Amino acid sequence: MTTAAKTPAGAGQAPGAATARATMGRLWPRNPWRHPWFLEGFTWLYLIWSLVPVALAVLFSFNNGKSQSVWQGFSWRWYFADPVNSVLHDPNLHAAVVQTIRLSVYVTLITVPLGVAFALGINRWRGYTASAANFLMILSFVIPELIFGVAMFFVFTKLFRPVGLGTLAEVLALVTWNVSWPALIVQARLVTIGRQYEEAAADLGAAPSQVAYRVLWPLLRPAIFASAVLVFSGVIDDFVLVDLLSSNSGNTPMSVYIYSQQRGGNGGPALNALGTIMLVMSFVIAIIGYIGYRFLTRGERGSRVEALTTIVGSEG
Amino acid sequence: MAPGQEHVGPGRRNRQKEAHRLFWAALAAPGIIWLALLFIVPFYAILAIAGGQLDLFGVPVAVWNPLHWSSANFSAAWHDVAGSSAFVGPIIGRTLVYVALASLISLLIAYPVAYFVARFAGRRKALFLVLLIAPFWISYMMRMLAWIDLLQANGYVNKALSLLHLISQPVNWLGGLGITVVFGLVYGYIPYLILVLYAGLDRIDPALIEAGRDLGLGRVRTFVHVTLPLSRQAILTGMLITMLPMLGDYFTNQLLSGTSGTTMFGNVIDDQLSSSGGVLQGEGAVFSMLFLLVLVAPMIYYVVATNRSSQGAA
Repeated sequence: MTTAAKTPAGAGQAPGAATARATMGRLWPRNPWRHPWFLEGFTWLYLIWSLVPVALAVLFSFNNGKSQSVWQGFSWRWYFADPVNSVLHDPNLHAAVVQTIRLSVYVTLITVPLGVAFALGINRWRGYTASAANFLMILSFVIPELIFGVAMFFVFTKLFRPVGLGTLAEVLALVTWNVSWPALIVQARLVTIGRQYEEAAADLGAAPSQVAYRVLWPLLRPAIFASAVLVFSGVIDDFVLVDLLSSNSGNTPMSVYIYSQQRGGNGGPALNALGTIMLVMSFVIAIIGYIGYRFLTRGERGSRVEALTTIVGSEG
Repeated sequence: MAPGQEHVGPGRRNRQKEAHRLFWAALAAPGIIWLALLFIVPFYAILAIAGGQLDLFGVPVAVWNPLHWSSANFSAAWHDVAGSSAFVGPIIGRTLVYVALASLISLLIAYPVAYFVARFAGRRKALFLVLLIAPFWISYMMRMLAWIDLLQANGYVNKALSLLHLISQPVNWLGGLGITVVFGLVYGYIPYLILVLYAGLDRIDPALIEAGRDLGLGRVRTFVHVTLPLSRQAILTGMLITMLPMLGDYFTNQLLSGTSGTTMFGNVIDDQLSSSGGVLQGEGAVFSMLFLLVLVAPMIYYVVATNRSSQGAA
């Protein structure tokens, strides 16, 4: 362990300063491996602040009463037991769950093939058009959602009028909004893979379509899988686009329903139940995503941490 | 080309290369057409509405030919920003104050957390990451709903504060307090900031930090002279990625206050879109366009910065 006084930087200073530094060193021992308890405590406080409120909201969705602050016993009342106000029996709540699932499935099925083909093509084609298209795709990743939603609103109500507002508009907008996930993740993976495998296959006489199918597809499967997970859960949690493009209770998904009932008042515990259902859906997708990604990348060098950051898209 | 195929002439090779290019171009084509139709055309639609005219009922009509664009919507919008009955001007000021406060508070909370997890979590890193990532998988609405429960007049926040004798009367947190909205913005967007900061701090080569130590710097001075400058890029991109959506946020203040005293810029656009009969949609288009123009520079900076860092990592 080095002390400040012994270093060249310390030696050049006035002796008074060095003594002061030494005193401080004794008061505050400079052990570089000392555990930063303050930082750890701060981190735990943040985590409690960030997660406990949601846990309470989930808890009160099982409350046998209307209160969201007084516990009145466990019940499934707000899920299915109540014949009028439960998620199962209230037609609007029920429709919201169905619409969210429907949107997630449709959008994932369209977005992933579209984005993967786009990423492959752009990455290998190389040219002015390709880089312009890629820039456009990245722009769609950072544009504020409200402005994109306004653009979509106008294009479906004023130009492509047959589309109108509703499920079709929601699907088209969500696909455009999410297509950058597969495109970015697959491109990142292509960079990591490098071109050796492809060149080897081409040297052995494979046509591009064979290269794509026999070499790239197996290597890209983890990235494609991760992007499907991201798109699916992104659609479950999306709010702004579907809020601007939904027109009636038949095409209102869960996030918009919670918002419309909760603003300016108290929507009651059935909304907590709806939120809990959303949360469970997302967590199931996340767990499938994590396990699936680990399975697809087995045998590769890579850690649990890497798999975690990939399925939230931060390594994209 | 496999060796032993020397009879293949350059002409054939070129033709083959051309065919390969066509194959990849065909693969990219659906995505390019999709983006053209549903990303470029929609933004042109905003322009066409903004520059469009009003019909007899005052409903905006899209004008697709730029030569026939009028300034009717622009002058109406200008009137709302700076005219005699201007209401948008103060809203813009309030939005900027809220977003500045919220992102500053976010940074002060997020940096220590990201720093701890990136540098000191050790073998518990995966656990901490799961907990930091968890909010990503919880819908924004559910997270706001949780706080609405807690902040009600008889909710746990008031109960806890009166138990600690910090307040004598229950505070009406959801009755239009700016502080509640700022707090909601922090709570809503901080997970993104933490993850960006974590990625940036985690990428710093530990050898550089050890070098700082070996040269006699203490923990604090190592942080100030080594870690902080190396994480400047992450701070910038992280602030951008939280500020861009915060500026367009219209739902947080609706959920946590719902009064006109906390309206933000996003609400102006949202209200104009859903105005009865669509009479204010033209103005909504103008405001969206101006909003986009203001944000173009930071957006392009973000794209360039992330491109550079991903190329640096590759």
